[in-house]
Amino acid sequence: MPLLVVIPLAGGFLMPLVDRLTGRRRSAAAFPILLTAAVLVLSVWLLLAADEPLTYWVGGWDFPIGISMVADGLSRLMVVVVATVSLMALVFSIDYMARFTSPGLYYTLFLLMVAGMNGVVLSGDLFNMYVFIEVACIASYALVAFGTESDELEASFKYLVLGTVASTFLLVGIALVYNVTGHLNWAKVGEVIQSAGEPTLPLYVAAAFFLMGFGLKAAMVPFHAWLPDAHPSAPAPISAMLSGVLIKAAGVYTLARLVFSVFDGDPALGWILVTLGVLSMVVGVLMAVGQWDFKRLLAYHSISQMGYVMLAFGAAAVMQARDLSPTVVGLAVFGGLFHLANHAVFKSLLFLCSGSVEYATGTRQLKELGGIGGRMPVTGACLRVAALSISGVPPLNGFWSKLIIVLALVLGGFYVLAAVTVFVSFMTLLSFAKVQRYVLGGEPSEHVAAAREVPAAMCLASVLLAVLCFASSLMAVETMRTVRGRVLTPASEAVTAGAAAGRQGRLITVERERPATPRQPEDVDATAPGGRDSHRERRKHLAAGLGRRVRTSDTETRRAPANGTVGPETHRAGLAAVHGEEAP
Amino acid sequence: MQGMSLIVKNITRLVAGFIILFGAYIVLYGHVTPGGGFTGGVILASGLVLVVLAFGKGFTRNVLTHETAKVADSMGAMLFLLVAVLGFAGGVFFTNVLSPGTVGHFVSAGTIPIANVGIGVKVSAGLFGAFLALAAFRRSTASAQERADALQSDI
Amino acid sequence: MTLAMVPFMLTFLLLVAGLYAIVAKRNLIKVIVGILVLNCGANVMLVLTGYRDPPAGEAPVAPILTGGAAQADELARTAVDPLPQALILTSIVIGLSVTALVVSLGVRLYEKYGTFDTNRMRNLKG
Repeated sequence: MPLLVVIPLAGGFLMPLVDRLTGRRRSAAAFPILLTAAVLVLSVWLLLAADEPLTYWVGGWDFPIGISMVADGLSRLMVVVVATVSLMALVFSIDYMARFTSPGLYYTLFLLMVAGMNGVVLSGDLFNMYVFIEVACIASYALVAFGTESDELEASFKYLVLGTVASTFLLVGIALVYNVTGHLNWAKVGEVIQSAGEPTLPLYVAAAFFLMGFGLKAAMVPFHAWLPDAHPSAPAPISAMLSGVLIKAAGVYTLARLVFSVFDGDPALGWILVTLGVLSMVVGVLMAVGQWDFKRLLAYHSISQMGYVMLAFGAAAVMQARDLSPTVVGLAVFGGLFHLANHAVFKSLLFLCSGSVEYATGTRQLKELGGIGGRMPVTGACLRVAALSISGVPPLNGFWSKLIIVLALVLGGFYVLAAVTVFVSFMTLLSFAKVQRYVLGGEPSEHVAAAREVPAAMCLASVLLAVLCFASSLMAVETMRTVRGRVLTPASEAVTAGAAAGRQGRLITVERERPATPRQPEDVDATAPGGRDSHRERRKHLAAGLGRRVRTSDTETRRAPANGTVGPETHRAGLAAVHGEEAP
Repeated sequence: MQGMSLIVKNITRLVAGFIILFGAYIVLYGHVTPGGGFTGGVILASGLVLVVLAFGKGFTRNVLTHETAKVADSMGAMLFLLVAVLGFAGGVFFTNVLSPGTVGHFVSAGTIPIANVGIGVKVSAGLFGAFLALAAFRRSTASAQERADALQSDI
Repeated sequence: MTLAMVPFMLTFLLLVAGLYAIVAKRNLIKVIVGILVLNCGANVMLVLTGYRDPPAGEAPVAPILTGGAAQADELARTAVDPLPQALILTSIVIGLSVTALVVSLGVRLYEKYGTFDTNRMRNLKG
C-alpha cells in the first residue's frame, strides 16, 4: 500500500533526470504514463483485494502512536478515481504539452501531485494528511502557473495565497485537536471524542478551523474565490486534474472523514455541510449560467456539483442524528459518493474537451466558437456525452447519481432541499444547452474554420472517459450489483459505519488484535503519574468491552529497543501523561 | 551577476569552507544533537549561495550550475526513498533496518543518518537551485519600467 | 483568563496580524510577508501545545535522550512533548517551499506588470 504513494513520488524525483536524457521529445511522457498505469493497476488490485479496512503501520510502530496508512472502502474508491483521472489526463497531455517549453517540469509536478493525493486519501492520521495535502496543493499552485502568461500568474498567486491561508487554518486546527485529545490518529481521535461524550468547545473551534481549511480546498461557496480564476487559467489537463480530483481528494474526502469518522456525524456539523452545499450549488450554477468563457463556466459548475456532494453528506449526517432508517442514510451517502466518482469522470472529460477545443481553435470564448461539431467530430461527440452527463440526462451516470440524491432527500423529509436540488439540476441543463448550442451547433466562425481534429492521444483520452461515463451509469442498474458492491457500497458503508462504529466505541481502522498492554522494557516502570495508568486501563476496558481477545503481544522482535531515539514507550507515556493532565 | 568587493571575496575565501563543514556536521550528527537533514541542508545551501554571491556567477559557472543542482536534488530524494523502501526488507515500510547502536554515538540509530544525508543533499541542492533560478532571472529593471509605462498609457 | 493563556492570546494576535496583512494590503510583497507571519503564528501555536510545565523551580526540560534507557522514564515524566516539535519542523519546511514558490511568482508578476500593486493586476474578472 505505501507503494501507491512511493511510486509517483519516486517518479516525480526521477523525472528531471529522465527529462535530461530524452530531451524535449514526446517520449519523455512514457515514464510518467508507465508509473501512473502502475498506480492504477495497484489501486484496482487494492479495490478487489479485501473487504475490511486495511491498515498499514509504517515503520512498524504500533497503534496509537504509529503512522498508519488506512485503506477502507472510501479510500479505495478515491484511489481508483484519482488514478483513473490522472492516467487520462496524462495521456491527454502527451500532445497538449508539446506546446510548452519544459514538459519535464510539468510531468515532475504532475507526479508529485498524484503522489500527494494518494497520500491524502490513504493516510490514517491528521498530520500526514496535512503534509500530503500541502504536497499536492503546492504542486498544483505551480502547475496552474505553468503557462506563465499574466493571467495564469495572477490566478496562481490568488490561489496560492488563499490555499496557504486555508492550510494554516488546518494546522491551527490540528494543533487544537492535539492539545485537546493528545493524539493525531484519525481513529484514536474519534474514539477519544466519542468517549468524552459531547465534543467540547475547543473541539468545535477546531472543527470550525478544519471546515474553513477544507472548505477552501473543496471550493465551497464562501471560500470559492480562487476556483473561477485558477481552473480556466491552468493548462487543460491540469484543470481536469484540479477539478476532477484535487478538490475531491483534498476537500470533500477530508470533510467527510472529519464529520463522519472523527465527529461521529455530529448534526451541527451536518447542518453546516448542508448549508454550505446548498449555497455552493445555487451560487455556482447561477454564476455559471452567465459566463461566456468556456472553462470559467465549467469551473463554476465544479463548485455547484461539489455542493451536491456536500449536501448529500450533510443530509446523511443530519438524518443519522435524527435516527432515521439506515437505508435512507446509506442511500444519501451512496448518492453522494456516486456523484463524486461520476463528477470526477465527466468533469475531467469536459475540461479535456475544452482543452481540445482550445488546442484546435486557440480561443475559449463561447461567442467565438461555433460549429465545432462538424469540424471535430470526436471531440464534439465526447463533449455532448459529458454535457448530457452533467445535466443529469438519462441514461448517463449523472442522472442516476442526482436521482439517488434527490430520492434520499425526499425520503429523509427534506422537501425544500430536494426542490432546490432539482432546480439546480435544471439550471445546469440550461447552461449546458447554451454550451452545446454555441460550441457544437451553429455556423463555424472564422476561428473554427481552420480547426482540425486534435491528435490521437487527446482523442483517446476523451473517448476513454466518455466510455467510462456510460460504464459507470450502468453501476446504478441492478445487473451490475457485483461491480457496485465492490466499488461503491464499501465506500458508503465506510462512511456511515464510521459514525456508527464510533458510537459503539469500535475503532474503525483497527481490525487486527491490538495488545491491550503496551510492551515495555523492564526499566520503564509504571511510576508515571496516573495518566499513563488510566490510559492503559481505559484501553483494556475498551478492548474487553468489545469482546475482543486481549492478548499481550509477542512481537518484541519487531520493535526497536527504547534506547535509540526517544523511544515509543516514553513517547506514548509522555503523550498519555499530557493527555492525562489535560483530560477533563 | 557580478561578484562583490575585494573584502567580501577574501572573507568568503576564508569562511565558506567552514560554513559548508558546519552544515555537513549538522546533517551528519542529526541523530545525536538537534539538527538533522533539513537544517543542515539550509546551512549548506547558504554557504553555496554565499560563494556564488561573492564571486559572481562566472566564477562558478562550471561547478555550481543549475544542472548540478537539479541532478543532486534528484539524487538526494532518491536516496531518501531508497532508505524508505529498504524498510521493506525489515518487513514493514520505512523500518529501521540497520541496528540501532547505543544512544549518543555517531554510528547509531539505524538508517536515520543515511536518511538525514539524503534530505541534507536534497534540501541544499533544492534551495541552491531555487536561488539560481531566481537570481538568473534578473532582467534589467529598465524593461520592466517600460512595460509599466505602457500599461499606464493603456488604462 | 489565567496567566497560562497569555501566550495563546499572543499567538492568536500573530495569526490575526498575518491575516490582516494578507487581506488588507495592496502591495504584493506585503501579502507575501503576511503569509510568512501567518505561518509563524501557526508554528508558535504548535510549540505552545507541546509545552509542559516543569517540576517546581526548575527549567523546562528538552526531550533529548542522552543517558540511555535509565533516563527515558525521567524524561517521559518531565520533558516537553517532542511530537509537536516534529510537526513544526515539517510545517516550517512546507512554509519554506510555499515562500519560495510565492516569491518566484511575485518576481514573474513584477516582470509582467512592472509593478507590485495588486490593484493593477486585475485582468481576471467575473
